[in-house]
Amino acid sequence: MMALKHVNAVIVGSGAGGGVVANELAEAGLSVVLLERGKWFTPFDDRKDDLRNQRTCALGNSFGPDDRNPRVYVDGSGHEFTVDSRHWAYSNNAACVGGGTLSYGAMAWRFMEDDFRLRTKYGTVAGSTLDDWPISYWDLEPYYEKAEWEVGVSGDDSNNVFRAPRKRPLPMPPLPPNRDFQILEPAAKRLGLHPFHIPMLRNSVPYNGRGACMRCRWCVGYACEVSAKCGTQNTVIPRAIATGNCELRTECIAREVLTDERGRVRGVAYFDSNNRLQEQTSDLVVVSCSAVESPRLLLNSRSRLFPNGLGNRYDWVGRNLQGHAYTGAAGLFEQETYDDLGPGASIAICDFNHNNPGFVAGGLLANEFLRSPYQVVTGISGEGIPRWGQAHKDFMRRYFKRNMTVMGPMQEMPVFDSRVQVDPKVRDAWGIPVARISGRHHENDLLGTRFMTQKADAWLKEAGAIQTIPFHWTFLGIPSGGQHQAGTCRMGNDPQTSVVDKFCRVHDLDNLYVVDGSVHPNNGGFNPVLTIMAVAYHASANLVKTWKGIHGRA
Amino acid sequence: MDSVAKLNRRAFLQAAAAAAAAAGTTVACSRNQSPWRFFSIDEARTLAAMADQIIPPDQDPGASWAGVVNYIDRQLCGPYQNLQSIYRVGLAGVDQSSRALHGKVFADLDATQQVALLQLIEGNKAPGAIWKQISSSDFFGYVVDHTMQGFYGDPRHGGNREGVSWKMLNLPYPPIRGRLRPDEAKPRSG
Repeated sequence: MMALKHVNAVIVGSGAGGGVVANELAEAGLSVVLLERGKWFTPFDDRKDDLRNQRTCALGNSFGPDDRNPRVYVDGSGHEFTVDSRHWAYSNNAACVGGGTLSYGAMAWRFMEDDFRLRTKYGTVAGSTLDDWPISYWDLEPYYEKAEWEVGVSGDDSNNVFRAPRKRPLPMPPLPPNRDFQILEPAAKRLGLHPFHIPMLRNSVPYNGRGACMRCRWCVGYACEVSAKCGTQNTVIPRAIATGNCELRTECIAREVLTDERGRVRGVAYFDSNNRLQEQTSDLVVVSCSAVESPRLLLNSRSRLFPNGLGNRYDWVGRNLQGHAYTGAAGLFEQETYDDLGPGASIAICDFNHNNPGFVAGGLLANEFLRSPYQVVTGISGEGIPRWGQAHKDFMRRYFKRNMTVMGPMQEMPVFDSRVQVDPKVRDAWGIPVARISGRHHENDLLGTRFMTQKADAWLKEAGAIQTIPFHWTFLGIPSGGQHQAGTCRMGNDPQTSVVDKFCRVHDLDNLYVVDGSVHPNNGGFNPVLTIMAVAYHASANLVKTWKGIHGRA
Repeated sequence: MDSVAKLNRRAFLQAAAAAAAAAGTTVACSRNQSPWRFFSIDEARTLAAMADQIIPPDQDPGASWAGVVNYIDRQLCGPYQNLQSIYRVGLAGVDQSSRALHGKVFADLDATQQVALLQLIEGNKAPGAIWKQISSSDFFGYVVDHTMQGFYGDPRHGGNREGVSWKMLNLPYPPIRGRLRPDEAKPRSG
């Protein structure tokens, strides 16, 4: 094996977190190797397949992971399943350059001020490890702004009276309102709510050298045909490479983070695209593999000094796995609501993110993205909806273009026993122990989703729905996770109850960082990507500021 | 009597397991006496009759015209390989129930009888020893879901012939302005 040239930083994972850190370090002059387990896709590689994409995985996914990395899932009654990435319990995030940001819906939310101090606001919650963040909204505010302007956000939240204050408006205006917006906005106002244009990481006008959204049908779950959707793969990662300081290596599977005999991190062992084991040494390592794979990598990095894995002295790595308790309602209408104008999701309210009766926190409500016919079949089902037969066919002809769904990510309460471990038996195709997901939700999630469902239902009825189909959230007894996975390497000031400090540095080690959704102590009532990016900018700024050169602190 | 029945069932299960084991893609997906990849001619006929009750033909074509059998046949030799034995056992079960109730196979029943039987199958109430091996409602759930995929999904997978469901729903084509063939990716070099 030929030794690879030593670099300043190895970053594992090129999604929302890793992509941002790569660019910040490369532009500051550090030499960076960015490892990504998947490939780099161009928009034209996406076959726009309604049965095989990142949102509807009936026949598989388009951007990975493939079947070589199974996971073990333990359901509420203790039964174990080995699942592939097509299965909902896998909690799949795309495995490709850009990670989830290549094919996401691209909602670009700032968390609210209270989201960073939930424990102060609501007190201790029995059965939950709920805590405040070690940083406030105002620590992140400049970095939210940086993410909005450098990656690119369109929208207009000036009507959102609940939003956290911002110093600078969004760089791009919202897309013109679609039909959902036109129907739902006056209805929300009649109910005394405060509807507004969803901020989106999507060009509404030409920006950053790329064109505007052409409003096609293929948005969430797909790579944008005209690259108008802003992910790390078409913004910060190309910039990082253009500095000449960052080398992107695709199809590289990290096996473990290597440490030396003095207890410092010295690099990463990985399998390259030809399945050869490589060792990339570095001065520091950033783990940005998402909230399932990041703890897996730390837990698989065992040595004499770290027998339980890195950062895991107090058994907090992999704990508090959260996602979002999605709930809402669908409504059927007399009038046509389908206008074939992507992305579809356009209007939201934040009236129910906090201060709700009888439960802690809450979440936003927004209208759903455009749906394919098969997504309408699977998405609008249940009592009163014919499942098959002539009645089903009549239903589709009547209501395919006359339905709307309002739903939102209800904030989950972190549970200590909801967790990611490494499985003692099952290994992936490279012989690495796989992630094992287990645990349950908190009762607060059930109370909150009931409330949010009612509110979505009432909004649709006010908008003129002749029939509504409320969702029944039934995930209480099973593990959390999903694409919004978070919480498994919690950020905190106390090394005994968290994994990383407020700058994302692992408490035990002065040159190992975790930068992705894993560090969120709680995940807000919002899609988390902009917060992941802001935390990445915040951590990078500190890292660059304290950087003392090669082996500075040795 | 009871133990004999059990023994028979066990023997059948073992045989079914052996058949399933032998039925790798090479065997089951290229049987040359049938025009299908996986199904026998009789199985395909039963499935087509089921599909046509799940999405019946009226002023718009139904599921079997749209190619749902072809869609499912193809996927059973691809992403749905793990469901081969469920389809094999389930389709035999549908005909077994049909014979028990009406003395003929499912495809030969009239529409009212077919719907009534599918409702029994959906509710786990259909007669037939085969339904002790697999749950009839689980099997029916697969058939309904896959019929929906084959009828409403992209024609590239062998169903939704001529985009018939999209025409029915008045969904404009092409789905992407400026790209007439969204199913073709640019050929990759290397």
